[in-house]
Amino acid sequence: MNKNLTLTRRNFIKAGAATGLLLANPVFSMGRKPPLGRVVIVGGGYAGTTAAKYIRMWSLGAIEVVVVEKSSQFVSCPMSNLVLGGTKTIDDLTFGYDFVQKNHGIQWAQDEVTAINTQAKKVIMKCGELNYDRLIVAPGIDFDYAALPNLMTKDAQQQIPHAWKAGWQTVNLRKQLEQMPDGGVFVMTIPKAPYRCPPGPYERACQVASYFKAHKPNSKVIVLDANAEVISKKGLFQKAWKALYPNIVEYRPNSAIVSVDVATKTVITELDQVKAEVLNVIPPQQAGKVAQLANLLEPDYPWCEVDFLTYESKVAPNVHVIGDSVSSGLPKSAHMATSQARVCASAIVELMKGQSPDPAPVFANTCYSFIDDKLAMHVANVYRYDAPKKIMVPAEGGGVSANASAQEGVYAQAWAQNIWADVLT
Amino acid sequence: MHHNKLQKIFIALIASSVIWPLLAQTAEDVVVSAAQNSDLHARVLAASCAACHGTNGNAVTGSNENRNAILAGRDANDFTTIMLGFKDGSREATVMHHHAKGLTEDEIRQLAVYFSKQKPTGAVLLKPQTLKAYHE
Repeated sequence: MNKNLTLTRRNFIKAGAATGLLLANPVFSMGRKPPLGRVVIVGGGYAGTTAAKYIRMWSLGAIEVVVVEKSSQFVSCPMSNLVLGGTKTIDDLTFGYDFVQKNHGIQWAQDEVTAINTQAKKVIMKCGELNYDRLIVAPGIDFDYAALPNLMTKDAQQQIPHAWKAGWQTVNLRKQLEQMPDGGVFVMTIPKAPYRCPPGPYERACQVASYFKAHKPNSKVIVLDANAEVISKKGLFQKAWKALYPNIVEYRPNSAIVSVDVATKTVITELDQVKAEVLNVIPPQQAGKVAQLANLLEPDYPWCEVDFLTYESKVAPNVHVIGDSVSSGLPKSAHMATSQARVCASAIVELMKGQSPDPAPVFANTCYSFIDDKLAMHVANVYRYDAPKKIMVPAEGGGVSANASAQEGVYAQAWAQNIWADVLT
Repeated sequence: MHHNKLQKIFIALIASSVIWPLLAQTAEDVVVSAAQNSDLHARVLAASCAACHGTNGNAVTGSNENRNAILAGRDANDFTTIMLGFKDGSREATVMHHHAKGLTEDEIRQLAVYFSKQKPTGAVLLKPQTLKAYHE
């Protein structure tokens, strides 16, 4: 049990005895700031920033929150395929952290974590150290280049962008598509699931095809998927490719990448060699670097096991993991990252007050994909905690759109505006 | 209702300072089970709607088209009727049926109460900015 928790309990009881009140809200009886201790959050993406905001909100400011994030800006991965299609620019998806910091009194360290000492409860950064009562690790994904060693260099990634973390990589890929002559071949490779954003690669195929159809109609999109089939919104994507891009998109399942020749932009699969004018390799993925630094990954599976009531790591007490790094059957999406962040935030607030978290959390996930410049479709599900299995399972009644539609295109844009406002203000 | 029970426990707690720590633990447990669990459940569930409906139901409304997305301050009966309609299929939906069907009727009622109590404060339409050169 942590020291602060014991202190809190004792003070809570003392305050009660002194005033003769049983306190509905022990937080305010303490007369000290911040009375409940400090949470350090590593990672200012969808998961980390949401957790920071909601811990401050739900603890009524009684928990000190420090976010450590190396980037000075937030760049949204959701909607970044539209940059490739040409209906958005990367600047449409780039935001500052100043609102959320000021509105909620979140402390912020723009710095890079170099080590985590879970015994001493300390985060070591390039420019300092931070002690924590509880730590949240929200580092997103890291690429696993073990099987693709010649893509490890920055130079190789310039020539063959992943564009799977939004930013300059996205801009780079769009530039390459713009510079490609009509009649060229764009090849993209999809790693075996799980990876960030299950429908994302298929949406990307649509977006690039949409750009080609309007500007370079003799060009092709070849999708090499390591999976046996389209793993999200399958029927809807297949329908879109057939109806909108019959001579452009070619989808090949069971096409795991064996190696890449960087100089000639050639992908070698077990059965085939495919040469591209523009090549986009989405590499295999694992839990983010900071999770690796803290030794939070499972021994034989590169993701982090957690308790789904609190998102506390199964291997390190007082360390919580949220977002894409979590080992689960849940889709690695932005909405999911925020949903996990709020369960974690709520649980941490209760735990630091010496109380119990919700024993049966329920949350939702909605994910939109655009198949051209206007039409979008969703997959949506409620997830419930399954007590015997101790995991989150999809509730009955979820599903996908009947058809992609312009109405859902409007909803998808509204989804983005709302999730950005929720996370960043 | 639970308040009296808590007061009784508290009086007992003061009266018998010898077994103080034990009773202190009990009092806390009562606080948790009585007042908190359903609130905790509702606040996380309601917050999960924020991706489309904004923080505490204060949706960003770029156009009149999504004024329906504002849930803050919405009449609880209205909310319940609409959501139950989505749940049983009697009300047409693009996406909401996939959420409503996954919730229990009790959860829908909890959400209705939660959102009806939120202040409609409006929401900020976030202004984007230029990506800086040194971002990854």
